[in-house]
Amino acid sequence: MISLDVNGKTQELDADPATPLLYVLRDHLQLNGAKFGCGLGQCGACTVLVDGRAVFSCVTPISTLAGRRITTLEGLGTPEKPGRVQRAFIAEQAAQCGYCIPGMIMQAQALLERTPHPTGAEIRKHMSGNLCRCGTHMRILRAVERAARET
Amino acid sequence: MRPFAVILSTVAVCAACAADPVAPDAVPARSSFDPALIAKGAQLAAIGNCQACHTAEGGRSFAGGRPIETPFGTFYGTNITPDPDTGIGRWSEQAFVRALREGVDRDGRHLYPAFPYEYYTRLTDEDIHALYAYIATREPVRAQNRPHELRAPFNLRGLLGTWKALYFERGAFRPDAVRDAQWNRGAYLVNGLGHCGACHTPRGVLGAEKKDQAFSGGVAEGWHGPALNTRSPAPVPWTAEQLFKYLRTGLDDTHAIAAGPMEPVVRNLARAPEEDVRAMAAYLEALAGPPSAERRKKADVALAQAKAASRANGRGAEVYAGTCAACHDRGREAGSGGALPLALGTAMTIPTSSNLLRITLEGIAPPEGEPGRSMPGFADALTDGQVKDLAGYIRSEFGRAAAWTDVDEELKKIREERR
Amino acid sequence: MNRRRFIARSGALVVSFSFLSRLAGAQAGKLPGSLNNEPMLDAWIRVGADDRITVFTGKAELGQGIKTALIQVAAEELMVEPSRIELVTADTARTPDEQYTAGSQSMQESGTAILHAAAQARAVLAELAAKRLGVPAEQLTIRDGAMNRVAYGELVAGEVLHVRAQPQSPLRDPAARTVMGKPLARVDIPAKLTGQPIYVQDLRLPGMVHARVLRPPSYGARLRALDSSAAAGMPGVLKVVRDGSFVALAAEHEYQAVTAARALANGAQWDEQAKLPDSKQIHELLRTLPSQDTVIHDNGKSGTGAAMIEAEYRRPYQMHASIGPSCAVALYRDEALTVWTHSQGVYPLRGALAEMTGMPAERVRCIHMEGAGCYGHNAADDAAADAALVARALPGRPVRVQWMREDEHGWEPFGPAMLSKARGRVSADGTVEDFQYEVWSNTHSTRPGPAGYLAAAWLVEKPFAPPPPRAIPQPTGGGDRNAIPLYKFANSRVVHHFVTEMPLRVSALRALGAYMNIFSIESFMDELAAAARADPVEFRLRHLQDPRAQAVVRTAAERFGWQAWKKQPGRGRGFGFARYKNLAAYTAVACEVEVDRDSGRVRVGRVVAANDSGDIVNPDGIVNQIEGGIVQSASWTLHEAVAFDRARITSRDWGGYPILRFPDLPQSIEVHLLNRPGQPFLGTGEAAQGPTAAALANAFADATGTRLRELPFTAARVRQALGA
Repeated sequence: MISLDVNGKTQELDADPATPLLYVLRDHLQLNGAKFGCGLGQCGACTVLVDGRAVFSCVTPISTLAGRRITTLEGLGTPEKPGRVQRAFIAEQAAQCGYCIPGMIMQAQALLERTPHPTGAEIRKHMSGNLCRCGTHMRILRAVERAARET
Repeated sequence: MRPFAVILSTVAVCAACAADPVAPDAVPARSSFDPALIAKGAQLAAIGNCQACHTAEGGRSFAGGRPIETPFGTFYGTNITPDPDTGIGRWSEQAFVRALREGVDRDGRHLYPAFPYEYYTRLTDEDIHALYAYIATREPVRAQNRPHELRAPFNLRGLLGTWKALYFERGAFRPDAVRDAQWNRGAYLVNGLGHCGACHTPRGVLGAEKKDQAFSGGVAEGWHGPALNTRSPAPVPWTAEQLFKYLRTGLDDTHAIAAGPMEPVVRNLARAPEEDVRAMAAYLEALAGPPSAERRKKADVALAQAKAASRANGRGAEVYAGTCAACHDRGREAGSGGALPLALGTAMTIPTSSNLLRITLEGIAPPEGEPGRSMPGFADALTDGQVKDLAGYIRSEFGRAAAWTDVDEELKKIREERR
Repeated sequence: MNRRRFIARSGALVVSFSFLSRLAGAQAGKLPGSLNNEPMLDAWIRVGADDRITVFTGKAELGQGIKTALIQVAAEELMVEPSRIELVTADTARTPDEQYTAGSQSMQESGTAILHAAAQARAVLAELAAKRLGVPAEQLTIRDGAMNRVAYGELVAGEVLHVRAQPQSPLRDPAARTVMGKPLARVDIPAKLTGQPIYVQDLRLPGMVHARVLRPPSYGARLRALDSSAAAGMPGVLKVVRDGSFVALAAEHEYQAVTAARALANGAQWDEQAKLPDSKQIHELLRTLPSQDTVIHDNGKSGTGAAMIEAEYRRPYQMHASIGPSCAVALYRDEALTVWTHSQGVYPLRGALAEMTGMPAERVRCIHMEGAGCYGHNAADDAAADAALVARALPGRPVRVQWMREDEHGWEPFGPAMLSKARGRVSADGTVEDFQYEVWSNTHSTRPGPAGYLAAAWLVEKPFAPPPPRAIPQPTGGGDRNAIPLYKFANSRVVHHFVTEMPLRVSALRALGAYMNIFSIESFMDELAAAARADPVEFRLRHLQDPRAQAVVRTAAERFGWQAWKKQPGRGRGFGFARYKNLAAYTAVACEVEVDRDSGRVRVGRVVAANDSGDIVNPDGIVNQIEGGIVQSASWTLHEAVAFDRARITSRDWGGYPILRFPDLPQSIEVHLLNRPGQPFLGTGEAAQGPTAAALANAFADATGTRLRELPFTAARVRQALGA
């Protein structure tokens, strides 16, 4: 059994320690925010926060996460009370298919926690590890800027 | 301490040791250059990797601005586009030749050897002539040079006169009549334009090459440039064909993927003439010498291990099993290329942990918009403790060597850089 | 596609529905949109006694915002708040059959049907209210889902909406609209951004198992031997399924399936037979393979007269590369099969699955659940077929099949490689005197339909062969979509070479042939404009007669500042225009680029687009689609080409198939909409692909003096074209 701190709650998991966090979140905990995009750490659809830093959960085994603080999309807010970054993305209608957006939101959250007022260039650079195939990038940038304004 | 005494005693004199200025003169128009000469210059510039140091990340080519970290402080690559005010748009060919051959700028000041004129001095006149044709015909970009940020006393440019007196050997390359044309071509390129020794030869405290230890391994921007001579730490000896493939494509499946400072090198060598890269590969194969029986035995062990599944044993092994094994152990389907089995990689066998740590934390990314192998970075996914455990496991399991002693220090350096 | 309409003014309900005429069921004339295939009103609109309003569409939400737009249409004509409407999308058990959500036809087909069905439903209710209250229908006050305060739910009785639609509808006056054409936030976004289980990838059913299917290493490979003992013994593995070369396993937990699948792959030996062409010779191959040649346009005496300017253009295979690999869940129980799928066409898929499994179609149900953006025919149907086969081996247990990234990249049907050739001549007066265009292409549709188009069906013991490919006829076209320019030339001729042999698996990718044809034709227009010494924008206007086309061209140019733009070294501007399919939305794109000769990088500066999609339902929805289309087209145009060697597809991950990332984005994108209230809806989703490619190509030529005619404009290709 492995004990994980997910969104402030302790979860006991009966899973192979080598299991990437992504599968545990989705399959064991029904936390669907983090998405499977590639399983190779190349697209960012699976981004979560570990100790406040953005991490690709598809290549992060749960064996390395004991005692560390895991935050998923669900930890930022609920449908009734979305968090600051979620609200900004909704306000900017920053989604087409929306599949990459949870990863974008987590990546943005990590950025804003360290750099509350990033420049446009800093945002582009920070987000560069996350892919969007629909071409929603401009709105995503505007959403991050909007979230930064609401501090 | 002798060099320091010499330096201190000549401080006052050094300003006067600089050369005479060359009169500013607009570079000739593009139409005055033979297109074939420009094309030749382009190929030479690819081998010289000029673009890498003289182009900022995301910036216009050759317009400068890229920071180059050294033990002496940070240099900023200069604007070598032919912009008349902020670049070299008013450098005559004479000034250009002198810079490469002598390490002196147009106005007569010494250049820091961060610009590798120690190696470019070996260029033939014809090659410098072609390089000038190429550089002088680039797109002019208006961009002010950023002043270097050097620690005292290295910020005193005048001291360079003494440094050069002690360490700088001018002069073009002299072929070795005993060797064949390809070896000589390779030697000329590796020791001259390619300036490989800048990263692969150890240097003294004042940054001068240790000439008796040529290609015994060096440091560049935090990365270790492995030994290329008989002290090569590669688990499997390189053939010329494998070296050619690596230099040309950045990848050889049984040896390495280009990472860190080698990435721009191989990207540029992809555009260099094929026979030149082959010549460099041939020279480098000869430099490493034929592998000894013991080395060949070790190579067989490494190749066998590459085919086997890794053994799980301890915390480092657990980190490896969950984080790395899915791609690096056999079993990951090709994708756009599987990952290197670690038993074959040089990063595991060099004396320092710097390269393995950098690759682990930063990953490997193909150039923007171009296809290539992609590895995620684990800087935020792994704690320092996990990185250390992992490095220790990888070193013992795949490097088959005694533990590194510099893991703490290197890790701290990398974390600092990322802050 | 005329949409006849009557404007209902406040004083008169012009069309009245008598019960008698409804019962007679007879109506003259074609019905609007998809009503023509499904004429019963209650197939589209239902009002329950509990006052719940349900609207049904055979279309699917692909991320293009169609759910929101259709809700707006229904809400407008039913005169209720959008939040009152529950929209049910593509489900073979519940919704009309609208075939595929593709071709940018959802608004034209479904939007039109719902517009009219809702208006007619409102009229039916108004008649009921009028009778009940003794008030003339046209004097009713309709507000908040009630007529003179009698709620719709109270008005309905029995099957009042179970009537055939009429050809004409009392549509609301566009000037009085409160919902259509107004901003409305997308109804699906909040749930997606707060982790609700919206996607088919998120579906979890009780007892569900996770499956993985072994994809062969190359096309046509057969399984020679399989040692599944290692995989079968791994933790959680429930079953290994084999049918001929179709091999799959099911496990309790997903990661167990992933690791066991690796072991299973190691135990499989394949006989490969694929002989792929040399990827560097693919266009020469297209030119020489047998083809069905059709003159699709012939005007005047093309081909006579003096020498012409000539140019050839090339497009590689390109991927959908959906960000979420394909997925499906299937349940086989009591001899019935239910499949949850993100397929674009649940009805055709049902037919294909029925054929593949030998089941009657009535026993198969396909329910659409969203996936990641598909941009056409990707592997969604294949994942559904995989799930169906595994589900049949595990009756009673829902089976989830998730394709891995390598599977999707290696096996999805690609957008076909294409070759085109343009020849033209301008006359002394500066107009195009002759224009000839030829395009060589495979089919752009291998959608199921037939089971023989499902990848799983090729592997089973009794495989299904793909039927011979067919061309999509004009005016829609496949490889020849937008091969006929909208411009009016004195003489012109267009030939479509339909190449039947398909070296790689291909099907519909957003815009189909229009991406390449518009890139080619618009690039060539600039070359003709140069020959005429004319400004590219002005040259286009010279040859456009459609005032709506002229309007988008002028708007894009003005908003870009085309006249005032100043040339700087290394920088250029370019223009592209097309009317998608010559039937759907009009789009013009102007952009500027900066080209770095030494690195070969093309940096995109400002992009300004103008779009006319007819009657706008959701303005931001259109802007979103155009912005997204511009970015995606820039990615295709600057970076994308599928890589393959003589045996296999070799771009199997994002490293091997790079797409545009944040640092590569245009500096800015503006989209200007020209709204035409009351005009037919015109499909928007694919309208930006071609014009963007053209604008980039023309800007590149303007920046460098060199024209690139082979896609994509990779750094290596740019450097080689420009030289030192």
